Amino acid sequence: MFRRLFGKQDEKTEDEVKLEQSLQKTRSGILGRISTIFQENEITDELWDELEETLIAGDVGMSVTMELVEKTRRRVEQENIKATHDAYVILKQEMVKLLASDEPLHIDEPRILTVVLVVGVNGSGKTTNIGKMAHWYKNRGRKVVLGAADTFRAAAIDQLKVWGERAGVDVIAHEPGADPGAVIYDAIRASQESRKADLLLVDTAGRLQTKFNLMKELEKIKAVASKQVHRAPHEVLLVLDGSTGQNAISQVKSFRESAGVTGIILTKLDGTAKGGAILSIKRELGVPVRFVGTGEKIDDFALFDPVAFVEGLLAE
Amino acid sequence: MFESLTDKLQSVFDKLGRQGKLSENDVNVALREVRLALLEADVNFKVVKDFVEKVKTRAIGVEVMSSLTPAQQVVKIVNEELIELLGKPAPLNLGGQPPAIIMLVGLQGAGKTTMAAKLALHLRKAGQRPLLVAADIYRPAAIQQLQVLGKQIDVPVHSEGTQVPASTIAKNAARLAREKAYNVMILDTAGRLQIDEQMMQELEQVRMVARPSDVLLVVDAMTGQEAVRVAEGFNARVALTGLIMTKIDGDARGGAALSVRQVTGVPIKFLGTGEKLVDLEAFQPDRLAGRILGMGDVLTLIERAQDNITEEDALAMEKKLQDGDFDFEDFLGQLRQIKKLGPITDLLGMIPGANKMMKGVDPREAEGGLKRTEAIINSMTRKERHFPDLLNASRRRRIATGSGTTVQDVNGLIKQFREMQKMMKQLGIMGGGKGGKKRRGGLPGNIKDMFGGFG
Repeated sequence: MFRRLFGKQDEKTEDEVKLEQSLQKTRSGILGRISTIFQENEITDELWDELEETLIAGDVGMSVTMELVEKTRRRVEQENIKATHDAYVILKQEMVKLLASDEPLHIDEPRILTVVLVVGVNGSGKTTNIGKMAHWYKNRGRKVVLGAADTFRAAAIDQLKVWGERAGVDVIAHEPGADPGAVIYDAIRASQESRKADLLLVDTAGRLQTKFNLMKELEKIKAVASKQVHRAPHEVLLVLDGSTGQNAISQVKSFRESAGVTGIILTKLDGTAKGGAILSIKRELGVPVRFVGTGEKIDDFALFDPVAFVEGLLAE
Repeated sequence: MFESLTDKLQSVFDKLGRQGKLSENDVNVALREVRLALLEADVNFKVVKDFVEKVKTRAIGVEVMSSLTPAQQVVKIVNEELIELLGKPAPLNLGGQPPAIIMLVGLQGAGKTTMAAKLALHLRKAGQRPLLVAADIYRPAAIQQLQVLGKQIDVPVHSEGTQVPASTIAKNAARLAREKAYNVMILDTAGRLQIDEQMMQELEQVRMVARPSDVLLVVDAMTGQEAVRVAEGFNARVALTGLIMTKIDGDARGGAALSVRQVTGVPIKFLGTGEKLVDLEAFQPDRLAGRILGMGDVLTLIERAQDNITEEDALAMEKKLQDGDFDFEDFLGQLRQIKKLGPITDLLGMIPGANKMMKGVDPREAEGGLKRTEAIINSMTRKERHFPDLLNASRRRRIATGSGTTVQDVNGLIKQFREMQKMMKQLGIMGGGKGGKKRRGGLPGNIKDMFGGFG
């Protein structure tokens, strides 16, 4: 993986290309300035200061910024590196290290029915990304069903149905205001029996992590799922808006505590914000990014790859 | 647990020692912490830079007021400057030829549609005749969402499906408003990135056709450093007249408000404070400033405490503590003082970190616990209050019956009181001049025990 950072471009997969492209779409990402910093001739104190400032401006957060700069700097000194270009590569390597995860994604394991719960704060893009994810997995030969357990927000069910149509998958829904637990129950039954599906993606209502009762509700939803399917939900994915600042950490932390979040879908990466806050999350909370949402179209969805992400993040 | 800026600054100044005036060195050291606090609150780093510079010029050489520590003095200056920067709250521009048109713009997922309905409800309650207009023709079911919300608050929604351009919808809606005498029209536009040329052109078109009296940027309180670019992008194309910050009921510090306010110069008008449609507040700069600094609303709390707790009370309490004779009478007195400060739920919101500390404790239950505690103490005789050792089993039974609680409740309270007494004695021994000073005007340390002990 690290070797690719040294310029072996020909090994990129389709997903990586897509991720890099969308991250580069605008060419105005703040972190893109970093490559300009490293075009200086010499490695000076000013260079490190400028790097620090730029990382902070990219929502990377104070402590991780310090750590990242410190580590890169130490390695540059220890390895006696003189060329700024090489220092840049080291920075990239350190960033990749912050993002890489060994934990396999449980969606791809062979199983009769895999249940994925999608959670997040209001407006992070849960419904949209479930639609895109359904399309993505359907294209990879899975039989997908969607569960509309956001029974709270006005028209959330209609919105999911539109996405179901676009992706060509069935949506199991109740009336607005229904008990989300009951929706899951039915969605699992339908997936197992009439629909013969092997992947159920469940949309939940957006909730701010500080709402005690709503977070409790997630525990209940999970309990319903686990009673019907062994070890379900197999993944709980948190949808995180790429333009979120330092609150991202609090979000992941709270949702991990009450919903047992196992991974992140990082969305809205087509904007000028690139999700710099994500760099703190793997290290501080151990939750890896799994997918990225890169636009409003159904194809704007890709598997997360740390190297491609860092390349895209820093692209000028 | 999260440390408030005052605590952090306090520790910095403890190291420096006390001085009469704030020296340049003091200020520099303190401002490093301020800078960090603002960055953690997602205030844009450029805005932070300018701000810190401004505070620095103001703070150097300032005489530390006798009633404040140097840390509090710096925080006071920072807080005042923040409030100044956040600006005064401004109402909607409803004057001029009706219908007044309010246009909501912003990124995807900022909360425009919900906010449109909240504003409509707010206006309807204020005696206006609002009309909601569904001009988001892109997001699936956005129109239905507005229709459902409109029905909930009994405000009509104008929509023309997803095939008609947004500008045409706006034009038709304005005509309809004139015909049917709706005097305010709220345009819900599609979420868009400020760099999406095509979508921004659409927005310009809508604005040209609708000639809104208000173009409000809806900003998610959780937005990071990017808020500045987003605001600049929208302001350049559709000349914003105000800002609305949403999702402020979460634990985001909302520093984006400061950034956005700084780059656009337009006033912040409203805050979205919850999922219900009544959860809309007019913007108050002092409260947001406290939040951005991570201080909860400690300033308000201190003010209230100062208003309600007299100096003599505080001194008398201090003496009791030093002497170590803290009885149920004093306990009751403290409880009443706290109650005077306002509802517990309000108080907790104002104490930084309290929300986290109290996690899992239902504030309503805490309020109930407080009431029960008071009832129990009220059911004791004066003698029992002074000499808690008198409280044998029979007396405890009587107190339980008298206060409508159980013997367990009474036992619990007595046990808690003993612990508190023990702690107070220790404090009294350690205290003397310096410790006593710190405590003045503050709240007893184990508030949580007092609230959470029961239930």
